[in-house]
Amino acid sequence: MQQNKRKLNKGNLHQVKHVVLVLSGKGGVGKSTITTELALALIHAGKKVGILDVDLCGPSIPRMLRVGKPEVHQCDAGWVPVYADPQQQLAIMSIGFLLEDSDEAVIWRGPKKTALIGQFVSDVAWGELDVLLVDTPPGTSDEHLAVLENLRKHRVDGAVLVTTPQAVSTGDVRREITFCKKTAVKILGIVENMSGFVCPHCSECSNIFSKGGGEELAKLTGSVFLGSVPLDPLLAASLEEGQDFLQAFPDSSTYTAISQIANTLLSSLDA
Amino acid sequence: MMYRCVTQRNYSLDCAGERALQERQRQHMARGLPKQKPIAGVKEVIVVASGKGGVGKSTTAVNLALGLMANDQSKSVGLLDADVYGPSVPKLMNLKGNPELTDKNLMRPLVNFGIPCMSMGFLVEEVAPIVWRGLMVMSAIEKLVRQVDWGNLDYLVIDMPPGTGDVQLSITQNIPIAGAVIVSTPQDIALLDARRGAEMFRKVNVPVLGLVQNMSVFQCPKCNHQTHIFGLDGAKELAQTLGVEMLGDIPLHLNIRETSDKGQPVVVSSPDSPEAEAYRRVAAAVVRRLAEHLR
Repeated sequence: MQQNKRKLNKGNLHQVKHVVLVLSGKGGVGKSTITTELALALIHAGKKVGILDVDLCGPSIPRMLRVGKPEVHQCDAGWVPVYADPQQQLAIMSIGFLLEDSDEAVIWRGPKKTALIGQFVSDVAWGELDVLLVDTPPGTSDEHLAVLENLRKHRVDGAVLVTTPQAVSTGDVRREITFCKKTAVKILGIVENMSGFVCPHCSECSNIFSKGGGEELAKLTGSVFLGSVPLDPLLAASLEEGQDFLQAFPDSSTYTAISQIANTLLSSLDA
Repeated sequence: MMYRCVTQRNYSLDCAGERALQERQRQHMARGLPKQKPIAGVKEVIVVASGKGGVGKSTTAVNLALGLMANDQSKSVGLLDADVYGPSVPKLMNLKGNPELTDKNLMRPLVNFGIPCMSMGFLVEEVAPIVWRGLMVMSAIEKLVRQVDWGNLDYLVIDMPPGTGDVQLSITQNIPIAGAVIVSTPQDIALLDARRGAEMFRKVNVPVLGLVQNMSVFQCPKCNHQTHIFGLDGAKELAQTLGVEMLGDIPLHLNIRETSDKGQPVVVSSPDSPEAEAYRRVAAAVVRRLAEHLR
């Protein structure tokens, strides 16, 4: 009995084919948004996807996928992830599910965060997944180190870096790129988010957060440029409601942008 | 596989018992906390925080500091960038270089537009990541706060990093803070975190001066059509719910981003613009709230 338990516990990530970190360095550039949209795009492409939300202070994923406040169950292998759909194609784990009150502030110092993330990585029974996306908080701290250390036993395919085009963002993302190089995490590519705003009234494009910064950063650092996603109020509104933007607005340029990024990502993972 | 239901609370406490427990915990915690020590020469410390990343804390902190000086030329204002992992102040204030040391081995803050500034960004290379765990960050914050020759300041504005972790705890536990300004965009997803930020300040007994709603509305430069890209008035509603004041409403304007990227904050580079006016109004509201709180 004991041996069986150890065998089960050995591989909670055993049947996860690919692990992709979504990083930035800068806050508020759209890591959770891009993670959510990539997950949805991959599911529409028939893949089984998991999202591990290690942003302990600001868990956004449960809200973006409208999974509410479900109870987290345990099984022999550990925690059972919460499924966003009845077909169980999208599995999620986030501290948001473990909080009594959604307004509760998680004011923890490093060691406590590190411990919980360790559990999130090894003790969630993900089962069979094509891709596990890991949504991270901004910065390069305890959470990031904890995730990498715990994933070392498994394998990290690489990281997708999200930035907005402006200089204050690309500056922080440059630091994150150096972090990836130092920790031997492959950079799968850079996504430039909030790249240009098209006025719904007159279609004039305004570069509120500048434009091209992400693409330049990719060139500068020799990374792959995955694509730009425009600043779309419809996308923001969908996420507020926990709606599937890709299903609701398949004709938008944002849909095209996200689908292309997802396809490029899949090709580089399967290569 | 056997599934077992594990809920967060495996026991139930009656109300009175729970209150007694919380009181005991509070007393126990109060004994063990570090003593707050004011920063030498600094009269009032204002923190600019949010909980959520990317809502404009640094932009607001920089323009608030400049706004405080613009409203009252006799006041001296300093700016501390406590975002150790993503220090934005050097870029926003167009400052670079390693700080000099005084005779007393204190770091001399770098000055621009009349504001002495200190940031981790001055101490490391531009592309170097700060891959530090909590303990090292605490020690760095201590240095950035105490080992700087601030001189005599009426206000020290501290730009906080996103989140509710080590940095926030270290600062609020070690320094007496006159008040906190919470910045948020109107989006629910940002407000969720702003709420947590406000909750954190309540727990550590830091008065919340009010909320700033940033990126509230975008006006198309061509047709003047207004789009509420990140939602409408969400922060105003949150302020009402939390019982705190709205300190101001800052629109989403290309000028703010352009001047920020150039290191020429909008309050000094376009002082007559509506955006600069909005920041000066926030500064005036902050001063008023500080005075109210002292009373």
